[in-house]
Amino acid sequence: MIALAPRTRLLAAALLFVLFALLPFLATALDDHFIVITATRVMVFAIAALSLDLILGYGALVSFGHAAYLGIGAYTVAVLSSNGVSDLGLQMLGAVLASAAFAAVTGAISLRTKGVYFIMITLAFGQMAFFFFVSLSSYGGDDGFTLQARSTLAGMALLEDDRVFFYVTLAALVLLFLFANALIGSRFGRVLTGTRENPLRMQAVGFTPFRYQLTAYVISGCMAGIAGVLLANQTEFVSPAFMTWHRSGELIVMVILGGIGTLVGGILGAAAFLMLEEWLAIFSEHWKLGMGALLILVVLFTRGGLTGLLRRFLGGRA
Amino acid sequence: MSTLLQIRNLRKSYGALKVTDDVTLDIEEGELHAIIGPNGAGKTTLISQLSGQNPSDAGALIYQGEDIMRLSMAERVHRGLARSFQITSLLPGFTVLENVAMAVQARSGSSFRFFAQAAKEDELNRDAMVCLRRVKLADRADRLAGSLSHGEQRQLEIAVALATEPKLLLLDEPLAGTGHEESAALVELMRGMKRRHTVVLIEHDMEAVFALADRLSVLVYGRVIATGTPEEIRNNPEVRAAYLGEEAA
Ligand SMILES: Nc1ncnc2c1ncn2[C@@H]1O[C@H](COP(=O)(O)OP(=O)(O)OP(=O)(O)O)[C@@H](O)[C@H]1O
Ligand SMILES: [Mg+2]
Repeated sequence: MIALAPRTRLLAAALLFVLFALLPFLATALDDHFIVITATRVMVFAIAALSLDLILGYGALVSFGHAAYLGIGAYTVAVLSSNGVSDLGLQMLGAVLASAAFAAVTGAISLRTKGVYFIMITLAFGQMAFFFFVSLSSYGGDDGFTLQARSTLAGMALLEDDRVFFYVTLAALVLLFLFANALIGSRFGRVLTGTRENPLRMQAVGFTPFRYQLTAYVISGCMAGIAGVLLANQTEFVSPAFMTWHRSGELIVMVILGGIGTLVGGILGAAAFLMLEEWLAIFSEHWKLGMGALLILVVLFTRGGLTGLLRRFLGGRA
Repeated sequence: MSTLLQIRNLRKSYGALKVTDDVTLDIEEGELHAIIGPNGAGKTTLISQLSGQNPSDAGALIYQGEDIMRLSMAERVHRGLARSFQITSLLPGFTVLENVAMAVQARSGSSFRFFAQAAKEDELNRDAMVCLRRVKLADRADRLAGSLSHGEQRQLEIAVALATEPKLLLLDEPLAGTGHEESAALVELMRGMKRRHTVVLIEHDMEAVFALADRLSVLVYGRVIATGTPEEIRNNPEVRAAYLGEEAA
């Protein structure tokens, strides 16, 4: 685990966000619209990875069912828009409420266990959510469900423009990053990080770790639910495939690849993972082998993922 | 003097091993009560039962007139019952100041605050510095706890316990592994704690124990075989045979 000084973290994030913001101009210059679509997808997963890093990196809670929230968020869009609620804000609110409810119930149970049992039980809850949506035949079951249109903003179909949708997604990413960044420096974040380091010590000064861990788990789920809302809009389609355990595993890989417990790492990791997925797939259909090898290298040699690597290149201590 | 903690017929077994065997003891308000006994006597286990870290099999714990047997460790801390650990247990990745500020934070206001930056809360840092000064660690405030020497970590253990503002402080071998100077400083610190805090002190260093304790209890195989003033304990034949004798020989 490498800790980034708060100022370094903010600076790195600001740099990333500026780079993102410039991508649509690059797309125009290169006349390659695909860049905008890919970058939007990267940012959606960056939000999901960021949310996972909050509990994995700062709470040492390895949730192996985090993709469930992507699905819950996505299906909230499907269900609400089928029932005449197409406003993005309302859908996000719905997704946050649904995610919070699912996280509160499953978290309260999962957090009774530790270590590998926690991993297994979150996986089991993720699978339950997956099979719930598979069996939801009114929304296509296994086959998924095609959305009529993207969500609306202030009653207007603004998100149909890929660039507008790109910047809305970027705004969501920036806001959620700032939220997470404030959170980890707050009293709450300090307690959460303390429970990661030594739960017994935290009890010995008067904290009940469970309360803080559960709250973090719920917050993290809500953030991932928002990513799910954006994911549904990006693909204009929802499917149980959003929430397979593979996807949960990929989110963990993104966080590790980028650097656990850095917040920025989740964003970097999501970008690296999705880009690699595309590039490696060009070379070989066995691209997952390459991804596996790369992950092993990152874990063995970078000490802190891409964030750690960057920091060492930039030299000195952050 | 009134009784702060009544320990009544407390029991704890690990399988067939009776580690706490029918312990009954009164801890008086304001006293420094040392518990001595050979290795494996069950001293740490007793502390863990008092602090709520380990559940007891049977018995009663009456603290300030309240039955605290079912309270969690955190709830007992909030009632003023704090412990230190024989095997140092800190937050190694946090600074020395943060380790103490965490304990201050736990007793001052809600920690369900999500936006304001805790590091900038002067009140937390100020109270934490007071505790660090008491254990003479103020000049180490910005170092990572994990980077301190063993002796300094022992001092930090105590600063953290003090920061909870305990009424009853349970110290589990605070001098273990400290050097001569550090040990002398800690003894001075504990002398200063007397009256301000009620202290239960577990310690193998007999010189320190007899210098500090108002009363002593001797624990052997989970049983209290004697309780009394230092003078009474020193002259108790059973204690000499079971424990002190080894050292005298
Ligand atoms: N979790 C446990 N499971 C099984 N046995 C235990 C456990 N904890 C302690 N014991 C046993 O209980 C006995 C008392 O241990 P304890 O640590 O309380 O002794 P102690 O008096 O603090 O010893 P020391 O002076 O070495 O610190 C020992 O025999 C120990 O092996
Ligand atoms: Mg012990």
